[in-house]
Amino acid sequence: MKYEACIGLETHVMQKTQTKMFCGCKHEYGAKPNTNVCPVCLGYPGALPVMNARAIELCCKAGLLLGCGINPRSKWDRKNYFYPDMAKNYQITQADEPLCLGGQLTTEVAGETKTFTIERIHQEENAAKNTHISGASLVDYNRAGTALMEIVSNPCMHSSSDALAYMTALKQIMEYGGISDCDLEKGHMRSDVNVSVRPVGQKELGAKVEIKNMNSFGFIVEAIEYEIDRQIGVIENGGTIDQETRGYDTDRGETFSQRTKEDAHDYRYFPEPDLLPVEISAEQIEQWRSELPELPAQRRARYVSELGLPEYDAGVLTAEKAVSEFFDETCQKTKQYKLVSNYLMGKVASLVTEKEISIADSELTAETLAQVAELVAGGTISSSAANELIEVLFTEGGDPKAIVEEKGMAQVSDDSALEIWADEAIAGNPKAVEAYKAGNAASINALMGCVMKASRGKANPPAVIALLKKKLGA
Amino acid sequence: MAEATHIDVSYVAHLARIHLTEEETALFQGQLNQVLEYVEQLKELDVTGVEPTAHAMSLVNVLRADEPAPGLDHDTVVDNFPAVRDGQVVVPKIIDQS
Ligand SMILES: [Zn+2]
Repeated sequence: MKYEACIGLETHVMQKTQTKMFCGCKHEYGAKPNTNVCPVCLGYPGALPVMNARAIELCCKAGLLLGCGINPRSKWDRKNYFYPDMAKNYQITQADEPLCLGGQLTTEVAGETKTFTIERIHQEENAAKNTHISGASLVDYNRAGTALMEIVSNPCMHSSSDALAYMTALKQIMEYGGISDCDLEKGHMRSDVNVSVRPVGQKELGAKVEIKNMNSFGFIVEAIEYEIDRQIGVIENGGTIDQETRGYDTDRGETFSQRTKEDAHDYRYFPEPDLLPVEISAEQIEQWRSELPELPAQRRARYVSELGLPEYDAGVLTAEKAVSEFFDETCQKTKQYKLVSNYLMGKVASLVTEKEISIADSELTAETLAQVAELVAGGTISSSAANELIEVLFTEGGDPKAIVEEKGMAQVSDDSALEIWADEAIAGNPKAVEAYKAGNAASINALMGCVMKASRGKANPPAVIALLKKKLGA
Repeated sequence: MAEATHIDVSYVAHLARIHLTEEETALFQGQLNQVLEYVEQLKELDVTGVEPTAHAMSLVNVLRADEPAPGLDHDTVVDNFPAVRDGQVVVPKIIDQS
């Protein structure tokens, strides 16, 4: 029998706010434990939560970026559970009336355009951070109560590549939209993954297994693949799949059952009496819509249609927001779009990897990169000299023209200067000369190579070719 | 809500981490049943045309600007912790999933 997997993702995204969701404590990574805390986020009796307007705005903007409808009225609920990372013994969340409903995300999976549907986005608050030590656990409440939204997809993905493409696109959109920094190391984006399998053709979903709280895209892919195989194996051997929560053991590359008592999931949701509903007007939604930034897909389309870049370049340049912003800024200063693209994808990208310095932290600026492109386009320096120049600008900075002069990087295009090298090449390669004269046009490349070598790369190739042809009487 | 709503007091007490004696369980069972009966009475009201609401107040959008406000001093907070280590509260080992 053939099986089909159905995968849904519940992705928690930490919003880029200055303060927490329901109190004015700072949202700050790496602060000394329990320094950004107050009676609200510590769950002291009598403390009243007050909504962070910016968080609501970011959640709705995330919804607009994903094509969701914004609920004209939404409300808050308590999700009750006992765990030391939630001091008041409940989490404020949105159960039945979330801020955003419906939506979709379109992206490419192995060259095929696919649209994944989103069920809802709701706003909630984050839990504190636990550290486990021998015999006890430690809790730091700095993260408790920070703004967290949950983006719930439908079980519309069918492979680990679908899930990876969805997460990658989602991360890009959140970064571009300024919703979240999406720093995976800092836990800005974590997903619960639901996996079920069913025989191909069956309409109902199979029993679903939830793999909780994963922040590495690589592990999510591995866990999905393992889980699909495991479930098919169980069914083929006549077993049934238990609806359960499983963990992923990254060392063994396996999921394992996390047997919890059934009542662990009895969260007894009820409306949060301390918070009033949120109402969002059509005018407000239009205002937010008008403030939305250009998304990666729109930016890619613009690079292709307006700047004439190949699709491939557009895809690479927009993969990271910072890179595409650097590209846009550079293109304000030069029209050599393709050259700039080549340098960003080539030399600059390899310097970023090699030196482990981001473009923003390097000495290279949009202005100096634009000048490099102009110097190449104007024939002042060769492509190989451009790479050398970029390395200097990236590590030390400086004025491109002054560096070209100082390091003698300028190309030699002048016939009188090229003549000596051309004559030497012709004298030293009688066979190539003969072959060329006999009609083998390609043999001029051998002569050209000699000139380039003799000039240590500074000779201007088109000028060399022209001169050689003239000398060989072509 | 189903007609025969019943509160299982020992289950609810367990969820709320409250330890009840048998006598207490019986006492609260009776009291909570009375509450349910009262709610049953409310069902007799004709609420046709009344908008459902999750809140008794008609206010909405009580918001604050995303601006930091001072919280509690670290030492004050730590003083409230029953046990402290490295500025963090020490709690019984959170049972690991595995
Ligand atoms: Zn607080």
